[in-house]
Amino acid sequence: MTTMEKTANVPEPRATDDGGTPLLEVRDLHVEFHTRDGVAKAVNGVNYSVNAGETLAVLGESGSGKSVTAQAIMGILDMPPGKIPQGEILFRGQDMLKMSAEERRKLRGSKIAMIFQDALSSLNPVLSVGYQLGEMFRVHQGLSKKEARAKAVELMDRVRIPAAKERVNDYPHQFSGGMRQRIMIAMALALEPDLIIADEPTTALDVTVQAQVMDLLAELQREYNMGLILITHDLGVVADVADKIAVMYAGRIVETAPVGELYKRPAHPYTRGLLDSIPRLDQKGQELYAIKGLPPNLLNIPTGCAFNPRCPKAQDICRTETPALAPVTEADGSELTGRGSACHFWKETIHG
Amino acid sequence: MAETAENHEVSDVVPSTAETTAEVEAVLDAPVDRGEPILQVRNLVKHFPLTQGILFKKQIGAVKAVDGISFDLYKGETLGIVGESGCGKSTVAKLLMTLETATSGEVFYKGQDITRLSGRALKAVRRNIQMVFQDPYTSLNPRMTVGDIIGEPFDIHPEVAPKGDRRKRVQELLDVVGLNPEYINRYPHQFSGGQRQRIGIARGLALNPEVIICDEPVSALDVSVQAQVINLMGKLQDEFELSYVFIAHDLSIVRHISDRVGVMYLGKMAEIGTDSEIYDHPTHPYTQALLSAVPVPDPAAREGRDRIILTGDVPSPANPPSGCRFRTRCWKAQDKCAEEVPLLAVPEVFAGKKTLAAHESACHFAEERDVVHAA
Repeated sequence: MTTMEKTANVPEPRATDDGGTPLLEVRDLHVEFHTRDGVAKAVNGVNYSVNAGETLAVLGESGSGKSVTAQAIMGILDMPPGKIPQGEILFRGQDMLKMSAEERRKLRGSKIAMIFQDALSSLNPVLSVGYQLGEMFRVHQGLSKKEARAKAVELMDRVRIPAAKERVNDYPHQFSGGMRQRIMIAMALALEPDLIIADEPTTALDVTVQAQVMDLLAELQREYNMGLILITHDLGVVADVADKIAVMYAGRIVETAPVGELYKRPAHPYTRGLLDSIPRLDQKGQELYAIKGLPPNLLNIPTGCAFNPRCPKAQDICRTETPALAPVTEADGSELTGRGSACHFWKETIHG
Repeated sequence: MAETAENHEVSDVVPSTAETTAEVEAVLDAPVDRGEPILQVRNLVKHFPLTQGILFKKQIGAVKAVDGISFDLYKGETLGIVGESGCGKSTVAKLLMTLETATSGEVFYKGQDITRLSGRALKAVRRNIQMVFQDPYTSLNPRMTVGDIIGEPFDIHPEVAPKGDRRKRVQELLDVVGLNPEYINRYPHQFSGGQRQRIGIARGLALNPEVIICDEPVSALDVSVQAQVINLMGKLQDEFELSYVFIAHDLSIVRHISDRVGVMYLGKMAEIGTDSEIYDHPTHPYTQALLSAVPVPDPAAREGRDRIILTGDVPSPANPPSGCRFRTRCWKAQDKCAEEVPLLAVPEVFAGKKTLAAHESACHFAEERDVVHAA
């Protein structure tokens, strides 16, 4: 257990002692919601892994299943109506879905923590931030109220909230949006978890504040050597901080790639469409490329490739056969590490 | 304030001489040529009073949401307004719509000061200036059909569409914004976010307005749908010669759609100019910081770009800093900045020079710095 002086000083980076086992591995995860209108298949076979010190960005539009996957990892899905019919979530090689509720509760917060999008609605308005930050220490480590409050001040200092000592008894509404998000980050960091899941951490913030918060998050991640899963729809933020990217569409991962590769040479028509549809800051363009149509209804996902009704390259095979996430190679067949695309025509997309 | 001699951006206002309501209405209906100013905003101020006490309310201060801004909107152009939350962009939108009463200052629409109009003349102005709202989920009444929503403006301004024609007119509008005209009897919940925003745009177009104020029209939409709506707005502008005031916080989208861009900070205009002047040759430190903070979807640019990370938050508009409002977060701030309010004008260093940096910027120490392009 952490002691006072350990959080006060910069902690030692954790050794990656597991001999190659990733910190977190999601295998063939399925999540569905049973609603009055039918079964909504939110996640349909997601695989990804994160190592210590690594940032995985999960990119996708609303309804692509990126947040549901995160909630399944955290174990905070509402079940029912949610259901996980299939899949494994391995944390340091142990399947969390097979653990008892008590075991999972011990992991949650101390080993895996989450930062939510909307800090104002994620914080309790009737409790002071000091109390809410201290709760982590009281519940998980059994510290006294006084000790917990001292820890809360320390944490607020860590995330650079000015005058932390005076503000520890303030309530969430007394902080600005950026400061509230820092409190959320502090709360996630409290027990120095191995993995942080950040669900759209800066979407509600202004760009200048977003830059501050992302910088802070990246710095803390480096310092504690944490794994980070960054869930976002903002292609700009991803380019700034991620190591590798998984693009999700209709509950599946359609493309994985190291960050530089994805922007240079997308191997899936959806990724290419997304990249082409954002306007640029450094030059004025003509008309924007727009992906036609709408994201699919999860109650009724198109057969074959879910993207086929919107895809400019769609052929008959796309309407009948679901493409698997296949490894992507150079034109001459040499391997591209970490790259995969769930498209029948990835060769044409990347090379042609 | 902004109407100084070297100021070339803000044109002279020719106030209309119309006296009676009928004359005013005639002025408002007169056509404006492309490239002529259609809206001229002069020293516009909006202070929201802060009061204390319940029965005997006593004013103890004011939130200076908009504190003296001036700009022109030309026929057929798009003026982008950017700034952080709380800088007063949305209040400007409401003032232009005359949904809020200005504390002082004027908004000239075709030479007619609309802040002083009332009754029939005001109604005529409102017909010509319409608005598209941010959130397509709350700006449409869930109990009204799409036909009723888009047709509602005709109830207030029956002269635009005679009663028998309305249904046809609504269907035309649906077609114009790219929705199936057969959807006229559907309810808003049956549409996706992008489609709802199209309904909002169709409602804005219903009265054939000349100016549309768009307050964050695409920020609630997904990336792939955003491009569709932006393209639609561009198409409609060409088709109907619309002038847009486009308020947004996404700087890339504003550059894409705007001919000119104004950067607001804490109720004041910090810098205004053409899109290239602002994005490629910014001279105000706030603009530079804002632009440098935008994450660019290009990992290769991660290293090469000049990054300025501002400290702190926007100060409270109830108690803004003296002198230059940005000085508390500015790395260039000196004593002069605390004492003298910098005027929005072409900075002396650039005056008369043939460079894109010679545009209006409210900074004592304006200098050019490219923060958008990788070095």
